[in-house]
Order: sequence, then C-alpha cells, then structure tokens
Amino acid sequence: MQTFRFDPCRLPPEAEALRGEVREFLSDALTDIPPVVRAQTWSGYDPEFSKKLGAKGWIGMTWPKKYGGHERSALERYVMLEEMLAAGAPVGAHWIGDRQSGQLLLRFGTEEQRQMILPKAAKGELLFCIGMSEPDSGSDLAATRTKAEKTDGGWIVNGTKLWTSNAHNAHYMIALFRTNFDPDNKHAGLTQFLVDLTIPGITIRPIKDLTGNAHFNEVVFEDVFVPDNMMVGEEGNGWTQVTAELAYERSGPERYLSSFLLLTELIRELGRTGDTSADAEIGRLVAHLVTLRQMSVSIAGLLEAGENPIQEASVVKDLGALYEQELPVKAHELAGVEPMLGTGSDYAQVLGFLTQASVSFSLRGGTREILRGIIARGLGLR
Amino acid sequence: MSEFRNLLGETIERLLADHATKETVQGAEEGTWPEALWSALEENGLTRLMASEAQGGAGGTWGDALVLLRAQGRYAAPVPLAETMVAAWLLSEAGLDVPDGPLTLLTGVTLNDDGTLRGTALHVPWGRKAGVGVAMVEKADGKVHMVSVPLAGAKIAEEENIAREPRDTITFDSHTVTSAPCNLTEGLETWGALMRVGLMAGGLDYLLTQSVEYANDRKQFGKPIGKFQAVQQQLAVLATQAAAAGAIAAHACERAGETDDPGFEVAVAKTRIDEAVNLSTSISHQVHGAIGFTYEHGLHLVTRRLWSWRAEYGSGRSWAARLGRQAIERGADALWLDVTAR
Repeated sequence: MQTFRFDPCRLPPEAEALRGEVREFLSDALTDIPPVVRAQTWSGYDPEFSKKLGAKGWIGMTWPKKYGGHERSALERYVMLEEMLAAGAPVGAHWIGDRQSGQLLLRFGTEEQRQMILPKAAKGELLFCIGMSEPDSGSDLAATRTKAEKTDGGWIVNGTKLWTSNAHNAHYMIALFRTNFDPDNKHAGLTQFLVDLTIPGITIRPIKDLTGNAHFNEVVFEDVFVPDNMMVGEEGNGWTQVTAELAYERSGPERYLSSFLLLTELIRELGRTGDTSADAEIGRLVAHLVTLRQMSVSIAGLLEAGENPIQEASVVKDLGALYEQELPVKAHELAGVEPMLGTGSDYAQVLGFLTQASVSFSLRGGTREILRGIIARGLGLR
Repeated sequence: MSEFRNLLGETIERLLADHATKETVQGAEEGTWPEALWSALEENGLTRLMASEAQGGAGGTWGDALVLLRAQGRYAAPVPLAETMVAAWLLSEAGLDVPDGPLTLLTGVTLNDDGTLRGTALHVPWGRKAGVGVAMVEKADGKVHMVSVPLAGAKIAEEENIAREPRDTITFDSHTVTSAPCNLTEGLETWGALMRVGLMAGGLDYLLTQSVEYANDRKQFGKPIGKFQAVQQQLAVLATQAAAAGAIAAHACERAGETDDPGFEVAVAKTRIDEAVNLSTSISHQVHGAIGFTYEHGLHLVTRRLWSWRAEYGSGRSWAARLGRQAIERGADALWLDVTAR
C-alpha cells in the first residue's frame, strides 16, 4: 500500500528574495483595506488589484515568456501566493486563471488558444471561471448533462452550470460538456471547451450565498454556438484533463490559509485583553499552521519536480479545511464576542465573516467525503 | 533522500525484521533482554550513528537519525536505541567520551558545589540496562554542562510505563561525574522530545499500514470491512494524521540538523503529533475491533508505546502552552514573519 510522503522542501534563495519584494508591495497596496475585506482573500474580487499584480509579473509566473509568462519556478510562485493569502490580498479575480486555466491551456490547448488568451490573462485583464458542477452533478462530476452537439463548424450547447464562482465577472469559462453519452461509461464522452461568455444564448444569474455575497452563479446555455477551435484538448478526453487539473486546484496554500486572518485577529484580541488561559490552544493552532505549511510547501516541491501529487493534495486539503473551519469555533470559545456585520471591532467582523463562510471550505473544490474517498483509493481500499 | 539515508533505512529494516519480531517485543515485556537485536544494532554501528567520527560514530545528523527512529517506532523495537543514539550525540557534542553499551538520558539532577551529582531522576528510560546516564545541568556560573555519570553505583528503583518499557527512578547522592561545558542552546527536554517525535511518527506509520491491511483481510457482511465507506473514511483520517506527523517530524529533524535552536520546531512537532496519536490510536483500535484488544495481537505493542511517548519530555499541551505564550507576546503581526522565517 501507499503511504504519503511529505519530504521537507527547502525554498530556494530566489523565492525568499521574492518574498521580501512581495511584502514591500503589499504593505503599500493593502493599507486602506480593512481586515474584514482582507479576510475574503482569494474570493475577494478586485480587478484593479489583479492588473497591478499582472504589471508586477505575478500572474502566470511559471508560464513561458512567449505567452506573456515569466518562466519562474513553481516555488517562487508558491511564495508569492502564500504572502498574498497571509496578508489577505484580494486576489480572487485572476485566481482561477492563474491557478489552473492557464496551466490547462499550456498542457492541452492549441497554439491559437494560447496566443489569444494567455498574454492577456498574465496581465490580469482576462478572467476565467470554471464550469463543472450542474444541478444534478455536484460531487458526481461524471453525471454532467450539459450537452454539446456537433454542428457545422462547431457545437451547439444546451444545459445549466451551477455554483460557478465569478462567472458574472469572468470573460471566459473553461466548461465541461457532454459530447457523447455511453450509459456503461459515464466518464467517457466529456469534453472541455473554452467559452467566450459574451456569446449569445448564455444567461448568468448570480446566486446570493448565506453571507449575503453573490460570488457564485447559475449559467444557462440555450442553443449556444461554440466554434470548433474552442475545444480544449481532445474530444472525449475531458475526464482525464479535469483530473490532471485537480492537483493544481487542490494543492495550493489557499487550502489551509482561508481563515488565517482570524488567527492573527484572535491573537491581537488576546494580547489586548491579557488573557493567558488560551495559551495552549493558540499554541496548538500555531502548531497546525506550521505543519500544514510544511506539507503544502512539500507539495509545491513535488509540482516543481513535475509530479502529479493528487493524493498528497487531497491530504492537505482535508486537513486544511478542518483547520480553516476550526478557527472560527476556537475563536468563539477563546474570545467569544458576538460576530458582527458592518459594525463592531475588526475581530468581531472577521469572526462574523468566517463563521458564516467557513462552512463552504469543505465543499468547494472537492468535498471532504470525496477527498477521503480519493485517499482511501490511494490506500488500496477501493 | 540521500544515498546514506537509503542505506541506513535498508540496514535498520533488515535488522528489525529479523530481530524485532512480535515474540521479541512480547518477550521483552516479560523482562527478557533482546540481546540478539541489541548486538546487531551495535555491530552495525547504529547506536553510534550521531556520535562524531572522532568518537567512533558516523557523525550523522538528526535527519539521518529520523530514519532509525521511525523504523524503531514502527517495529516497537524494545531496546534503548533512540536513547543511546541521542546520549552518544550529546556526549560527543561536549567532547566527552562515548562509552560502549546502552546509554540513557537523565533529567531532574543537579551538581553539588564539589562537582558531584545529586537529585532524583524520574522515568529514566532503560535505567537498569544503561551503563552511563547523560544529563545537561546548569552550573552556578550559569553555563550549561554536559554530564556523564556511570550508573553502576546508583540507587535504581525499577518501574515501567504502560508499554512495559523500563522507566526507572534513579537517586544520586554525591556521585562522581565527568562533565564539560556545552554550546547547545536547547536543553535535554527538547532533544528528548524530538527523539520521541521521531519514534511516534514511525509508530503512526505502523498503525496506518497495519489497519489498512486488517481492513482488507477481515470480512463481515460478506466483504472486507475496508469496502465499507464508513471504514474507508476513518482510515483516510488516520492516513492524514500519519502524514502530518511524518511531515512535521521530518521538518523538525532537518531544522535540528541545520540550526542550533530548533526549539520552535520541536514544540510544534510534539504538539501536533500528540494530537495525531490521540486520533490515530483510537481509529486503529476501532478498525481492529475485539482482536486488537487482545494481548495476542500486535497492535497494542505500538499503541501502548504511543500513549506513553506522547506524555514524555513534555506533553503536547505543555509544549503548546509555550508556543502560544510566545505567539501572543510576539504579537499578531509577527506570527507570519516567524512562521516563514524558519
């Protein structure tokens, strides 16, 4: 059987040098953004901020220069990301494109698609969303029903995508459509497309979540024509391609740092009140933080080495989400104040946002149960 | 992993597979010293891994030592390999002679004005078998000295922990010692904790492989219990805990090899692994059902050690309290700087 190895990965000097540069930039750029807004980190939408990062060369850092990238290492990119998240930078607008859509096009896209998309994405001017889930297809992705039927010069698409983050702000969707149906093999017959969201027949309806924000959407396709040259990879190869993306989607520092701002605000609060009864619990939270970071850096090392650590990514995402969800609970236990909306201390507001938002952290990007199923498969149990 | 570590791994694996069988471990619990195992470890130089080459050792780092610690934890090898290896390193660091035979670590002792040793050392691992004990003692001038004391004439009360490992009480009155000043910035509790961290990471590796194997073999309701999702999800949790323990043990040991102040990493590792032990021992016993509760089955040889080791050289919570106090005193804005500086 397989056990999961997280060998220590030492970040190279150039990555540590970049850390200083990123910190300097952020100390300026985030001055006027209050903690409760920063707490949204990678779901925080700020296209102007994304353009600033593009200008710094911090989007598409690992992509080839000929596509507007900067040919830096995965470990340099990792350091830039973790600094953004720890500071609570609003990186949500370009997040999906930088994390996975660009990678996907580099791996499976045509030369034309790369030339058309990547340079603008690297400038932070072209934003992506990912159309995977549907009303009857959540964790069970192979149940995808949105249909693309062949026609002259392209495909006619009908169906509905659901829970599509940032669709209302994005320019393109990387969509998974069913191009063929084989009742004996539902994983076959799925194909990825690059969909221009301005094409007629697409209706995007934001869905308000329980925090009051509307960052995800329902996207309805009614006889939408997608030209042949917008197919990504091979027809019917969608399942394999989507699976290849998962290591990128699940392995990053965003999978354990989503509630980090609450830990710092909690420590600030305990420092202010002089309460020492929480010492051991804070120490425990610090120990988890350091451990998760080492595991996360270790995965970055595997990605840099060209491996596909989907199992290890599942381990970190599962532990990371538990941690992100435990933080609001611990904060309530250790320094309980009523979580507030719009008024109150920074602590009360950050606690307010994350108390509500954190329930989604073990749903988005693969539920806890799916992740544990993947781990169990890795253990040879399935 | 370096070639040296691969070689170490192959060597210890072979020796333990041959000499640290379930029968050996159970025999040790009845008081039978596993001489064949110990001789094999000594003959292969493993007990001296961390001693300097000048002292007849291999000059191995904590990162190298982790290979042996994890293997010892996995096999529940009932000998003072970890203690001897670390004691030899400490003596060697202070330029003191490294004697042959089993060695152990002493806490709770002090030096008299005339340089002799006094005090009662509690829970001394393998005290009755060790020829020499090693302590780190602060002298009146505020300097920490490494102390080497022969245990032949000491008053030893034999005790054991729930893993039936010797944890003796040794009383010193005015024992003659050899000592030398040492430059280590961390005390014996830190090194002892790191040693237990390595052993526990290995013990957790065992719980995972053993529990998965059992779940694949044991059939109920017409199929292996590992085919049930409820069991799979539990084993996945066990896997995440073992992975976290392995990752932080490796990190702490690497830091201990690279810097002279790995106190932060050791505190993190002891805290985190304590929690991993709590969850993992519980899951592995749940998966094994009644058979795992019998003395005949080998599971408890590791779980009882884990329950003992998590409490030694500071429980997770006591290390966590130090970490937390430090974090609060350093302040909210220092946290990320501190975490990324290491």
